[in-house]
Amino acid sequence: MVPLSYYLVLSGILFACGVTGFLIKRNIITIFMSIELMLNGVNLSFVAFAAHWHALSGQVFVFFVMVVAAAEAAVGLAIIIAVYRTRETLNVDQVNLLKL
Amino acid sequence: MTPNLHLWLIPLLPLAGAAINGLFGKRFSRQTVSAVALSFCGAAFAWALFVAIRFSSLAVPHMERLAPWIRAGQFSADFAFYLDQLSLVMLLVVTGVGFLIHIYSVGYMWEDAGFYRFFSYLNLFMFFMLTLILANNYLLMFVGWEGVGLASYLLIGFWFVKDSAASAGKKAFIVNRIGDFGFLIGLFLLIKHFGTLTFNQLFSAIAKLSPETAGAGLLTSIALLLMVGAAGKSAQIPLYVWLPDAMEGPTPVSALIHAATMVTAGVYMVARSHVIFERAPSALTVVAIIGVLTALFAATIGVAQTDIKKVLAYSTISQLGYMFLACGVAAFSAGIFHLMTHAFFKGLLFLAAGSVIHAVGGEQDMRRMGGLRHYIPWTFWTMTIATLAIAGIPPFAGFFSKDEILWRAYQASWIYWLIGLFTAFLTSFYMFRLLFLTFFGQYRGELQASAHTAGHNPHDASAHGHGGIHESPKVMLVPLVILAVLSVVGGWVGVPGSLGGSNRFDQFLGPVFHNTTPALNSEHASAGETAPPEQQTEGPEPQTGHGTELAFTGMSVAAAALGLLLAWWLYLRNPELPDRIAASLGGFYHAVVNKYYVDELYAVLFVKPLVDGSTRILWHGVDQGMIDKAVNDSADAARELSDSVRHMQSGNLRSYAGWVAAGAACVIAYMIWVGVR
Repeated sequence: MVPLSYYLVLSGILFACGVTGFLIKRNIITIFMSIELMLNGVNLSFVAFAAHWHALSGQVFVFFVMVVAAAEAAVGLAIIIAVYRTRETLNVDQVNLLKL
Repeated sequence: MTPNLHLWLIPLLPLAGAAINGLFGKRFSRQTVSAVALSFCGAAFAWALFVAIRFSSLAVPHMERLAPWIRAGQFSADFAFYLDQLSLVMLLVVTGVGFLIHIYSVGYMWEDAGFYRFFSYLNLFMFFMLTLILANNYLLMFVGWEGVGLASYLLIGFWFVKDSAASAGKKAFIVNRIGDFGFLIGLFLLIKHFGTLTFNQLFSAIAKLSPETAGAGLLTSIALLLMVGAAGKSAQIPLYVWLPDAMEGPTPVSALIHAATMVTAGVYMVARSHVIFERAPSALTVVAIIGVLTALFAATIGVAQTDIKKVLAYSTISQLGYMFLACGVAAFSAGIFHLMTHAFFKGLLFLAAGSVIHAVGGEQDMRRMGGLRHYIPWTFWTMTIATLAIAGIPPFAGFFSKDEILWRAYQASWIYWLIGLFTAFLTSFYMFRLLFLTFFGQYRGELQASAHTAGHNPHDASAHGHGGIHESPKVMLVPLVILAVLSVVGGWVGVPGSLGGSNRFDQFLGPVFHNTTPALNSEHASAGETAPPEQQTEGPEPQTGHGTELAFTGMSVAAAALGLLLAWWLYLRNPELPDRIAASLGGFYHAVVNKYYVDELYAVLFVKPLVDGSTRILWHGVDQGMIDKAVNDSADAARELSDSVRHMQSGNLRSYAGWVAAGAACVIAYMIWVGVR
């Protein structure tokens, strides 16, 4: 049996990749994908714990997270399309109308 | 069961008049304004008369409580009124003379744009003055005391667009503050040591104390502090300087506030506090000395003034000095007697002077008057009566009161008497000088220059577009005549024993001043005291003294007559002589004309250091340097701090994300650190 720590390390690596991508990428879609990556890293740790402790609640949480992620993806993509239509760019550094 | 006289009506009626005229007067016609002011003031007078009629059936002192006011621990002060012979006299004088002056003002102020404002203030003054008189504790008295100061300020600065009037109002207010400061501290001492300010409680507590014959104790300090307050309000040395400037106000105001009523509040207060003063002989001596010096000092200044109102102002100060002299020799009833007669004749003098000023179109300089008796006979005759009264010519009112004071002063010390007598001579001189310059000789003004030879007038009077010299309207003359009658008969209530009278005024006021008198008269003892030792130590002077007293009366009359003759000789017979005398006196004359440079002295000693200190230290140093600077500096510091922090909020989404990530990293690091530990 694969030890719990393996899953957790993988989950941490995924999350860290997500954070890094979120911070350094400029393309808004890439950033969006990085967020998904972070969510899935967390999901992995949820199911790992659920399997380890034989508790179903962790898996239920994963479903919740997937639902929220789906909803977020729908709304987020709609916003991205709207932004692209008005600004004709996907570079977040140029979407700065609210900036001081 | 004492009847309820509703004394509260007397002060509150004028207040109602002041409120109505003050709030709605702008929309009223002049007729309505004067009707409101006169009816409320007249109602107060009528009620005072009613009280006077019922007075004999009252248990004196009569006290009425209107409402509770302050309750703090053991201390309490109520809206309550105190009526005894002293307050009754004051009440009648203030409401009576006040009402007459209200009538006069209708004529005098008719043309003024601030007509309603004037009457509102005048009624307000009446309210505060009557509060002062009727109060049954020092605190309520102090309310009235401050209130009349306020009304005085408002009325002196009535023509506030005139710079001199505005600053005269401020001067009066500020100088009075100094006196009030002393008064207040005196009250604090009273509260601290006796726990009450209510007259009857306080006086019965103090009456048990023995006089402080040696050194200065508590009562002496209290008495002196009260005297500081009285000196401020009643324009005594060294706080008299505001009164001459107060002549900037309209003339009826000078008559009402600065001659007949408000300035006598100090005398009233001292007389009311006689229980304290009688137990502080050294304070009484101070009062007498201040009084006699003020009388002399102001009279000498009055001799050289050329402004008709300024002469009267200094004369007022001088006469107030007489009243304080009377109080200082423990002859309180003589002081109040003079207060009453003075209210009549000085009120009349001011009103007549107002009538003169009115007649010659606003001119106040006596050098540009003269010969007016042909044009304004009513004013002339009433003013003559008032002048005779103030000069002390029998049988006019001033003679009896002034003679009484001089006689009582002599019993205390011949020095007081001598200075008082000399002052009486000066009074007579400058008053007849005023009369002769104004009404006799030839007209020296420019109003009807074509009809008169005004050639020798070296000054160019600005021509007033006012028609010719004319007598005042009836509404102004009637009060003059009434006051003239009072100036004649007013003194007859106090004809002394030596002249065949019984000094009923003194006997009437007797219960106020004699009940609690300690055996003090060893100080001011007159030879051959026949009265019983306890109760009547201050009773009428013994029969054996009548010859002496008559001699002294003769000397007062002689002094007055001498003043008259000198004035006649200098200003009618040899009109060029005064200038020559003035020239030969040189420096002294200049000092007198310039009021001994007291204003300048005060300016150098007090005003300038205060203004400089306030400007440099308090304004530039403390206010701008510390308070403003602290506020500005903390604002600057906040702005600079936030300016540096502000850049974190860049609007760049990824930098926010970075902050979130960094924060999360910190939290994780902390938790790991906690876990490891």
